[in-house]
Amino acid sequence: MEAPALVQAKEQPKLIVSIGPHMHDEESTAKIMWTVSGALIPASLMSVYYFGMPAVMVILVCLVTSLLAEAGMQWLLKKPITLSDGSAFLTGLLLALNLPANAPLYIPFVGSVVAIMIAKHLFGGLGYNIFNPALVGRAFVLVSFAKIMTTFVAPVTTFMALDAKTTATPLVILKEEGIARLLEIYHTKAALYQDLFVGNRAGSLGETSVAALLLGAAFLLMKRYITWHVPIPFIATVGILTWIFGGHDGLMTGDPLLHMMSGGLILGAFFMATDYVTGPSVRSAQIVFGICAGALTVLIRLKGGYPEGVMFAILLMNCFAPLLDRAMRSRVFGKAEAKGVKK
Amino acid sequence: MWQHVLTIFIASALINNFVFSRYLGLCIFFGVTKRMETAVGMSFTFTAVMLIQAVLNWIIYTYVMVPYHLGFLKIVIFIGTVAAFVQAADTIMKKVAPALYYKLGIYLALIVTNCVILAVPLLNADENYGLFESMALALGSGLGFSLALIIMASIREKLELADVPKSFQGLPISFVLTGLIALAFLGFSGMITL
Repeated sequence: MEAPALVQAKEQPKLIVSIGPHMHDEESTAKIMWTVSGALIPASLMSVYYFGMPAVMVILVCLVTSLLAEAGMQWLLKKPITLSDGSAFLTGLLLALNLPANAPLYIPFVGSVVAIMIAKHLFGGLGYNIFNPALVGRAFVLVSFAKIMTTFVAPVTTFMALDAKTTATPLVILKEEGIARLLEIYHTKAALYQDLFVGNRAGSLGETSVAALLLGAAFLLMKRYITWHVPIPFIATVGILTWIFGGHDGLMTGDPLLHMMSGGLILGAFFMATDYVTGPSVRSAQIVFGICAGALTVLIRLKGGYPEGVMFAILLMNCFAPLLDRAMRSRVFGKAEAKGVKK
Repeated sequence: MWQHVLTIFIASALINNFVFSRYLGLCIFFGVTKRMETAVGMSFTFTAVMLIQAVLNWIIYTYVMVPYHLGFLKIVIFIGTVAAFVQAADTIMKKVAPALYYKLGIYLALIVTNCVILAVPLLNADENYGLFESMALALGSGLGFSLALIIMASIREKLELADVPKSFQGLPISFVLTGLIALAFLGFSGMITL
């Protein structure tokens, strides 16, 4: 008697639900992606201003490769090709902003291919990726071509400059030679902070100009595309922990402002840790996510083998995001546990 | 000395995590992480077995093998101890916690020849660790392995809803995922050198 019912149940068509959000609103995935890309324009322009033609080339290669990889992968998987939703564009732009300007052009190429094909489409495409694709691309090229990826050039302000002077980023100087050497280069702390804020220093393309990044971040916060729950605890934790442990003369002698403005912290906290897909979605879990990412960043910066830890910290926290969501989801009230029924 | 013990503990849990930086214990890692329940059960079993047999093997190594110059028999003797202990645990669990036994029985059998379980006493013997250092290494490795199992299970449960390409569903995507988690764990490299 039961068999026919079973067969019938199996034959029912699947209910296919597309990627959220499902609320009827003028917002769409494409609009959010393009707006975030737009918010990165000031930082991209600053990088072109400071690093000139090489920066343009790195950004272009990243964008073109990302879009081609996206289209190619979707064609291979026989999915509709969705270049116009801007997600591949945003991944390419974020990856470019995480690379040094003097990188040979195969590096943005390899990074974009890894980001789009492995980190995004193998896991099911937009909305399903576990890790932030741009960061996976960056981590991949960093461990594969460590020498090139850690050689940075000093900013040049002439657009077509052919010669570039290699130099260390402030964080590398701080790690290897200490704060005294940094002050020797920049003369006063005010000058150091000013250069960090405006972006006149060596580093990855988008890591340099704090002002331009904050401008974009403020716009996104105002549009409510991102919330404070991840970035503010993230940056505050880095500030507090570097103030306590960052100094060479004992506790509480660190320089929080220097740590908060250097490296990829602002870019990572506002534009990559806030990713809807790879971060937790419960509010309290987001705060924990931010604090843990900040703590890991400081741990890697002060104790680790790499001078900068934002990228690894976000990737590590991406691994923990499903667990955080699971542990901190709100309780369902008014539900009784049935006795003897297996969950 | 206690600082050294703590260093060993943290290093073995995070920096030299058995799954993500030494690539050991992968059979169990992929075997039990399909469900969170089995992953958690396995974590407890694994950590407990690891800690107890690290102590057992340390006693045997220090008081039997070193005085009688039997160092060359390390692998055989350690496997023997582990097998005897796990078999005993298996029998006890069958009696005391049958539900857990039926869920983890096959994996408990797998523990006997598991590389992580064997690696811990071998590492302890190679480094000539004392009792507390051996326990720190075992506990750290066990908790590191548990951490790996639990985050992997939480991600794999999430991945079940994902639209993974057909040829990558199941085990292949798990291998890709493990590679990417290992990439993230590289951030810890160079932090503590033992």
